[in-house]
Amino acid sequence: MAEVLVYVDHADGAVRKPTLELLTLARRIGEPVAVFLGAGAEDAAPTLAEYGATKVLAADEPEFVEYLVVPKVDALHAAFAHVSPAAVLVPSSVEGKEIAGRLAVRTGSGLITDAVDVEAGEDGPVATQSVFAGSYTTKSRITKGTPVITVKPNSAAPAAAPAAGSVERLAVTVAEASKGTEVVSRTARESTGRPELTEAAVVVAGGRGVNGDFSAVEALADSLGAAVGASRAAVDAGWYPHSNQVGQTGKSVSPQLYIAAGISGAIQHRAGMQTSRTIVAVNKDEEAPIFDLVDYGVVGDLFDVVPQLTAELDARRR
Amino acid sequence: MKTLRIVVCVKYVPDATCDRRFADDLTVDRDDLDGLLSELDEYAVEQALQIKEAVDDAEVTVVTVGPEDALGALSKALSMGGDKAVHVEDDDLHGSDVLGTSSVLARAIEHTGYDLVLCGMASTDGGMGVLPSILAERLGVPQLTQLSELTVKDGVVTARRDGDLASEQLRASLPAVVSVTDRSGEARYPSFKGIMAAKKKPVETLDLSDLGIAADEVGLAAAWTKVDEAAQRPPRTVGTILADDGSGGRQLADFLAGRRLV
Ligand SMILES: Cc1cc2nc3c(=O)[nH]c(=O)nc-3n(C[C@H](O)[C@H](O)[C@H](O)COP(=O)(O)OP(=O)(O)OC[C@H]3O[C@@H](n4cnc5c(N)ncnc54)[C@H](O)[C@@H]3O)c2cc1C
Ligand SMILES: Cc1cc2nc3c(=O)[nH]c(=O)nc-3n(C[C@H](O)[C@H](O)[C@H](O)COP(=O)(O)OP(=O)(O)OC[C@H]3O[C@@H](n4cnc5c(N)ncnc54)[C@H](O)[C@@H]3O)c2cc1C
Repeated sequence: MAEVLVYVDHADGAVRKPTLELLTLARRIGEPVAVFLGAGAEDAAPTLAEYGATKVLAADEPEFVEYLVVPKVDALHAAFAHVSPAAVLVPSSVEGKEIAGRLAVRTGSGLITDAVDVEAGEDGPVATQSVFAGSYTTKSRITKGTPVITVKPNSAAPAAAPAAGSVERLAVTVAEASKGTEVVSRTARESTGRPELTEAAVVVAGGRGVNGDFSAVEALADSLGAAVGASRAAVDAGWYPHSNQVGQTGKSVSPQLYIAAGISGAIQHRAGMQTSRTIVAVNKDEEAPIFDLVDYGVVGDLFDVVPQLTAELDARRR
Repeated sequence: MKTLRIVVCVKYVPDATCDRRFADDLTVDRDDLDGLLSELDEYAVEQALQIKEAVDDAEVTVVTVGPEDALGALSKALSMGGDKAVHVEDDDLHGSDVLGTSSVLARAIEHTGYDLVLCGMASTDGGMGVLPSILAERLGVPQLTQLSELTVKDGVVTARRDGDLASEQLRASLPAVVSVTDRSGEARYPSFKGIMAAKKKPVETLDLSDLGIAADEVGLAAAWTKVDEAAQRPPRTVGTILADDGSGGRQLADFLAGRRLV
C-alpha cells in the first residue's frame, strides 16, 4: 500500500491530539509514515505506533529552533524524497500551513488547507472544507503532483491501530537559503492548566458582555473541564489573551459544546465556532444574532445565569 | 530609484456580511456582490505607510491580482496613502488557486521591483493564510509572517510573532516578505484629501503576456486543485430560547444533562 506522510505536532516529544487524528485519517488513504522534527522522537514513537505509524522518520537539527519555519520544510522535503508518498497530511496550525504551502511549491503539488475531513477517492484523497464562515461545505481534490493537505483539529476521532512505528533517522541538509529569518529569542507562554482551545471537547467563551470580569466564565469552564474562549472585543479590551480568541482572526474551534456568554455573534466570530456540535448562548439581548445559531439560549444577565449553572452542575456532581 | 521599495499585496473580496456563494463552475460568485479591500489587508497598508513615514525615501506600491472590480481595492489602498498601484487582470486568471495566484503575484512583484513585500495575515474569503509564505518561497527571500510588531531599519527587519506556544523575536535582512496580523495596529481611515489624491495616482494594468506567463499555466483549467462539490450548509435549526425567570442557569443544566453533555 502507498505511504502517506504525517507531519507530527508535538511539545518536546508529547504528541498532540491533532496528530493522532491525522494518523487515523491517513490510514484511509495508505500507510502512515510519521515525520518527527525536534527532540523526543524516541518518547513519541510508541504513541505514533499505537495510532498506526509504520515508521517514524526523525530529525533533530539545531536550525529547527534557530530559524523560522523553512528548515523544517527542508526536512519534510527530505522525507518526501525518501518515501515518495501518495499524500502528505499536516496539522492546520499557522506553522503547519506554511510548511505545507512551501512543500507544495517545491514538489509541484496542489495544496488544500483547513480540511475538516479526508477520505479516499477514485482520483486521490477527497478533502472536505468548511468555508465562508461555515455557511458552505466543499469537497475538493488535488489534481497535480502529490496531494498536500492540512487538517484542522477535531476532524476525526483518534482510533488506535497498532503498527511497527520504528524510528529511522532522516538525513537533512538545511540549505543556506533556509536560514533567512533568525529566531533571536523565544518566550514560552505560561500554561493555564486548562485544555488546549482548539482540541477541547467543551469551550466556554466570554465577550464584551463580561465587562472585564472573566471569573464567571472561568469558573464554569473549570466545572466542565473546558477551555476558555474570548471574542475579539474582549481580547481588544485587554481582558483575555489573544491566544484565546475565537473567530476569523483567532482560533477556529469545533467542540462538542460551545457556550457563548455576552457575545453578540458577529459573522467573524461565527466563522470560528459555527461548526460546533451543540451551541448554547447567554445574552441579555434577545435580538443578538448568536441566538440564530443556538440549540439552547437563555435571554438574561450572564452574571446571574452563568454562576447559577456552575453551582447547579457542581451540586449535581456531589 | 527610491531606497526602500515597499510592495503591499492586497486582495479584493466579496463583502463577508453579504450572502457569499459559489457560481456554477464552483468558483466564488463575484457578480452582484459588493466587493471590498480585504479588511485584514488594511493592516498591511498601514504598516507600509508607517515604515514609509519613518524613513526618508520610500515608496509604497499596492498590487492586486484580480478582476476589473479589484481596482476598488487598489483605490482604497491608494486613498489611505499608497503611492502607486499595479493591477494584474486577465480573463485567463479566473479560477486560479493559491499556487497559480502566487506565481502571478511573484512575477508582478519582480516586475515592480521590491525591497519589502507586505501582506495581510489571511484573506477574508479564501482565508488560507499561506500566500505570504509561498510568495517568500517563490521569490527566494526570507519570510517573517503573522507579525504583531514590525520595525525596518538599515535594511534589517526586526519583528515579533506571537504563536500559541511562544512569542518569537525575529530578524532578517531585506529583501523579505512580511505578513502582519490585526494586532499590528489599527489601520487609518482615508481622509477626504487622500481620496481626492488617489484619483490622480498611477495605476499600471498588466495582463499575463506582460508578465511572460502563458495562459495555460494559470486559471481554473490549470489549477492544482479542483472543487467537485459545494453545498450550502443547512442553517442550524434554532432550539429553545427562554427568558431567564431566575432559574435560567438551572434549566440550562437540565438541557446539558439531557444531551449528556455534562
Ligand atoms: C476583519 C475582522 C476580523 C475579526 N475577527 C474576529 C474574531 O476572530 N473573533 C471575534 O470574536 N470577532 C472578530 N471580529 C470582530 C467582530 O466583528 C465583533 O466586533 C466582535 O465579535 C464583537 O464581540 P462581542 O460579541 O464580544 O461584543 P458585542 O458585539 O459588543 O456584543 C456583546 C454582547 O454582550 C451582551 N451583553 C452585555 N452585557 C451582558 C450581560 N451582563 N449578560 C449577558 N449578555 C450581555 C450584549 O447584549 C451583546 O450582544 C473581527 C472583525 C473584523 C472586521
Ligand atoms: C473558500 C475558498 C477556499 C479555497 N481553498 C483553496 C485551497 O484549499 N487550495 C488552493 O490552492 N486554493 C484555494 N482557494 C483559492 C485561493 O483562495 C486563491 O487562489 C487566493 O488568491 C489565495 O489564497 P487566499 O485568498 O486564501 O490567500 P491568503 O493566504 O489567505 O492571503 C494572505 C495574503 O496574501 C495576499 N493576497 C492573497 N491573494 C491575493 C491576490 N489575489 N492579490 C494580491 N494579494 C493577495 C494578501 O495580502 C492577503 O492578506 C480557495 C478560495 C476560496 C474562496
